[in-house]
Amino acid sequence: MSAEVEELEQLTNQDYKYGFVTDIEQESAPPGLNEDIIRFISAKKEEPAWLLEWRFKAYANWQKMVDPVRVQFSQQWVMADYPEINYQDIIYFSAPKQAVGPKSLDEVDPELLETYKKLGIPLEEQKMLSGVAVDAVFDSVSVATTYKDKLAELGIIFCSFSEAVKEHPDLVRKYVGSVVPYNDNYYAALNSAVFSDGSFVYIPKGVRCPMELSTYFRINAKNTGQFERTLIIADEGSYVSYLEGCTAPMRDENQLHAAVVELICLDDAQIKYSTIQNWYPGDKNGKGGIYNFVTKRGACRGRNSKISWTQVETGAAITWKYPSCILQGDNSVGEFYSVAVTNNYQQADTGTKMIHIGKNTSSVIVSKGISAGHGQNTYRGGVQILKGAANSRNFTQCDSMLIGDQCGAHTFPYIDVRNTTSQVEHEASTSKIGEDQIFYCNQRGISTEDAVSLIVNGFCREVMKELPMEFAVEAQKLLGISLEGSVG
Amino acid sequence: MLEIKNLHASVDGTPILKGIDLTVNAGEIHAIMGPNGSGKSTLAQVLSGNEVYEVTEGSVLYEGKDLLDLAPDVRAREGIFMAFQYPVEIPGVNSTYFLRTALNEIRKHRGEEEMDGVDFLALAREKMALVEMSPDFLRRPVNEGFSGGEKKRHEIFQMAVLEPRLAILDETDSGLDIDALRIVAAGVNALHSPEKATIVITHYQRLLDYIVPDFVHVIMNGKIVMSGDKDLALRLEDEGYDKIRDEVEGREAVSV
Repeated sequence: MSAEVEELEQLTNQDYKYGFVTDIEQESAPPGLNEDIIRFISAKKEEPAWLLEWRFKAYANWQKMVDPVRVQFSQQWVMADYPEINYQDIIYFSAPKQAVGPKSLDEVDPELLETYKKLGIPLEEQKMLSGVAVDAVFDSVSVATTYKDKLAELGIIFCSFSEAVKEHPDLVRKYVGSVVPYNDNYYAALNSAVFSDGSFVYIPKGVRCPMELSTYFRINAKNTGQFERTLIIADEGSYVSYLEGCTAPMRDENQLHAAVVELICLDDAQIKYSTIQNWYPGDKNGKGGIYNFVTKRGACRGRNSKISWTQVETGAAITWKYPSCILQGDNSVGEFYSVAVTNNYQQADTGTKMIHIGKNTSSVIVSKGISAGHGQNTYRGGVQILKGAANSRNFTQCDSMLIGDQCGAHTFPYIDVRNTTSQVEHEASTSKIGEDQIFYCNQRGISTEDAVSLIVNGFCREVMKELPMEFAVEAQKLLGISLEGSVG
Repeated sequence: MLEIKNLHASVDGTPILKGIDLTVNAGEIHAIMGPNGSGKSTLAQVLSGNEVYEVTEGSVLYEGKDLLDLAPDVRAREGIFMAFQYPVEIPGVNSTYFLRTALNEIRKHRGEEEMDGVDFLALAREKMALVEMSPDFLRRPVNEGFSGGEKKRHEIFQMAVLEPRLAILDETDSGLDIDALRIVAAGVNALHSPEKATIVITHYQRLLDYIVPDFVHVIMNGKIVMSGDKDLALRLEDEGYDKIRDEVEGREAVSV
């Protein structure tokens, strides 16, 4: 190993910047999972009977399902290795006590606001300056929602999931579970049984949402699994761009995060969903960190509809996530742009599924995986073109970059084409970050750390340019920080 | 400005430089010539701090500082610039952003204020004209898809923006047609001043018609075997390296 490699590896060993714990009185359920707990959650949220029934059905199904980690390694779908999770040790409900509904930021616990500041989310400034409406999820309950009135004028609904259940029960009942059924997979079933809160968005016909909608998630309470549920419906001819970003405080125990996101796009509608995921990745020896087992799926139900996923995944000990598109409507379009970084002992198995059902449907997949330290990075993508999806097209490009000599990159493309008029392209590459590139930057006065950040950002450019401006800047910094000390 | 004493360097345990002595003063242009594999480019790489090369013996003083003690990026900020023989492509990284980052690192090091995007663009456009390149290149990723000649001109452009004290041109003439050669040489000459020094590493005398050196050194087998003025380059052109080699070997045989 050259001196440069060693230096680069030292650079990667940067401590997680957002490791702090906020002390806020919690009102929690006892740990463990059973029907009583589910009833407790549902009662806390004053949910209607149908939703409780739905949770029970999900729970019953989940009990019959097999935890992916118990499946023999050779039969595991994902490339990930983690200890068995004891679901009876998890606290399934915890809410900051005073989150009953502050009328303004003045009523929000100052300590909570301080936490947001540390995260660089000054709500009050965001309200005034950035034009981003923030539905902040602190642990399980939304504590602050902004811009609601302005959005309401346009008929846009942007609220917490629990509020939507109360205020817009018909919409929720019609669409929840319609893209990701309660028995879809082990973690989606678990989420459906115990989900605490999340975001709900409805964009009415012909409305273009005038601002980026944004939610910041943050796990705070010790041992609290987070089970977020997001539902976004774009009615005919509407458009919305939604941003999701996460950070979490430093913990020793692994924390489970099993979210479900469902998107529904009707005729001529468009949803752009961008994520920056920066959960606590564990320390440099692989201790601790978040398990990020997420089910994200969008349905292009209508003609000419479009769903675009962009994700920058830098955090979490294990990421397991395949934001997918069901291209049902004729001429519908699905896009997936992804950057996944694994450093130290992080593992990421991520990609997408594009399911072409309608005629003339098209999809684009651009995936950039960066592995450093002992990180393992897997792209797993499915492109399925059904018989009726005449003249459909897919283009896939997945590039991997290796930093150091102890990490791994893996690519598993699954392609299934059932007609003769469609066209599928797949390009893939794997490269090592070039010491010659780093030296070239050095020779111009740029430090190795900055050079790595520069080169990696260049490598990810096609994905980064899909991010909304304010998000892109944050994401660029995050890439640099995540890789500090990693090259070789 | 630069004082190299008994410099030895090797790659993967193979010695390449075997005792280089060279002094370069401000205002001087030195040409270093020699056959393939003689160690010319290694000298450039060692001076700019490429860690692939291991210095095994000797010392290098730059402006009174121990150069070998400085990291490559610090050397660059201290005013050393190398025009690469094979400039590297950095896909996806915008040229303007790259060079502004570099310039601001150097300015910070000098205790100067960072230059903002608008001022930088004006400066970059002005320097682009010096090497007769279209400003369109500023929008492209660093060296990506550039032709050989464009890469070399782009190196001189970067040099013009960064204004080094000591410029090392590593076979900048290789792969250039005669017009490009003239442009590059004119650029180098325009940037030269009594406060600055330039080391030109080249195979051929051709470049030295345009960049006239104060001193010419011949490297063979990792050592400077002969030094002279610009006429030495002409002699080399006439007689070839073999003649010099014979002469040097003969001299060594006598001294033994």
